[in-house]
Amino acid sequence: MPLVMDGADVARVVQRIAHEILERNKGPASLVLVGIHTRGVPLATRLASIIEGIEGVAVPVGTLGIGLYRDDLAARPRASLSRTAMPLDISGRTVVLVDDVLYTGRTIRAALDALTDLGRPAAIQLAALIDRGHRQIPIRADYVGKNVPTSEDERVTVRLSEIDGEDGVWIDGVR
Amino acid sequence: MKHFLTTDTLSREELDGLLDLSDEFVEVLSRPIPKVPALRGRTVAMLFFEPSTRTRMSFERAAKALSADTMSFSPGTSSLSKGESLKDTALTIKAMGAEALVVRHKATGAPWRIADWTGLPVLNGGDGAHQHPTQALLDALTIRRHFGTLGGLRIAIVGDIRHSRVARSDISAFSTLGAEVTLVGPSTLLPVDLTGWPVVTAEGIDEVLDRDVVYLLRIQTERGGASVLPSLPEYVSRFGMTRERFARMPDHAVVMHPGPMNRGVEIAPEVADHERSLVESQVANGIAVRMAVLFRLLGGEVADA
Repeated sequence: MPLVMDGADVARVVQRIAHEILERNKGPASLVLVGIHTRGVPLATRLASIIEGIEGVAVPVGTLGIGLYRDDLAARPRASLSRTAMPLDISGRTVVLVDDVLYTGRTIRAALDALTDLGRPAAIQLAALIDRGHRQIPIRADYVGKNVPTSEDERVTVRLSEIDGEDGVWIDGVR
Repeated sequence: MKHFLTTDTLSREELDGLLDLSDEFVEVLSRPIPKVPALRGRTVAMLFFEPSTRTRMSFERAAKALSADTMSFSPGTSSLSKGESLKDTALTIKAMGAEALVVRHKATGAPWRIADWTGLPVLNGGDGAHQHPTQALLDALTIRRHFGTLGGLRIAIVGDIRHSRVARSDISAFSTLGAEVTLVGPSTLLPVDLTGWPVVTAEGIDEVLDRDVVYLLRIQTERGGASVLPSLPEYVSRFGMTRERFARMPDHAVVMHPGPMNRGVEIAPEVADHERSLVESQVANGIAVRMAVLFRLLGGEVADA
């Protein structure tokens, strides 16, 4: 399974995205980082701690489970739903959605619906560790760790130490 | 899970899974917009052949919080009064596009028959004195949210056990989840044969005031409950949760009631309104558990990706 990013690469791009978020938003005021389950959550937490290291300000981190917002409920395998938890009212704040892989865009569409039900953010931005292409709806990321062109039958695997015990990104070849 | 008809056949793992899912929906119901699109475009029919306001409204609220459409059936104004059979009624409602049926009927087993006839997912909203599984689920959720677990808890169920579908469903759910269940009631209101029931019995309410939970059942005059009692004052003296008895319960203990309450009979008004009465939580949690069951039957449980 070819390695696309190793642990040092992941650390470097997360660091870069944190700087880009601060630059575009002119600092951390009014930011909320919202990780999409599952691997968006540790990424959001890492971004928050890097931002806190730079600015000395704790940025609130929320988690978003979007299972109830998917438009393909019936077609998907059974597993558990994951919890939505917001540390504060997101209305009027700038929400940075964080996910590991941006692919068809349907997860993000569902996440936008879910956020809208929770309040009315001033702006929503999107950060993805990997953009692998093949969008099915018009969604793009504001911050991308790495663009990884793939074919549709390839599979991108992101592993993060908080969940998987190691950091890295791999591509499974055509089978 | 194809149907939700009884708690008797549910494993501890299945019950815990449904309660975990219900916790998610408690969170959804606490949001500024307490609604998710999970069942958008799906249709749930409410077939209440027996009068019920609270259970029907709770199911409707649950279906709507999942963005499902609902259809309602009331026997009084329907062709049932013209002699249409239960089977034809159910098949007609299926033909109108219902994808799941919530059934309440005074006859034991009616939801099972309707499930066979229609092939649709059926949720038992109460069948006679037999089962009321969503009530058991909401009771278990309420206890779990209050105490953290049912494992090791001691729960007493007091009153008209014989006519109570709530008691039947609660007993199996509570004991599957690890609680010790004691039944208390006049001998005329206990089942004739308790062989095989995972319960012990006690003579009067005074024997169970040391329990973690005292669950008070309604005296069901409509099921003949009152006719086998000597008198209501006598019932109160042996089985009623009076203010004085409540004061003798431990500080952590709670009382529950499935509603509607006969205040002053099985429960004193001051007890019903006390902060250690979980009655209001039970009603609120009822919506979340019905969302969980509807979602499980119509949507499946999904992974985030």
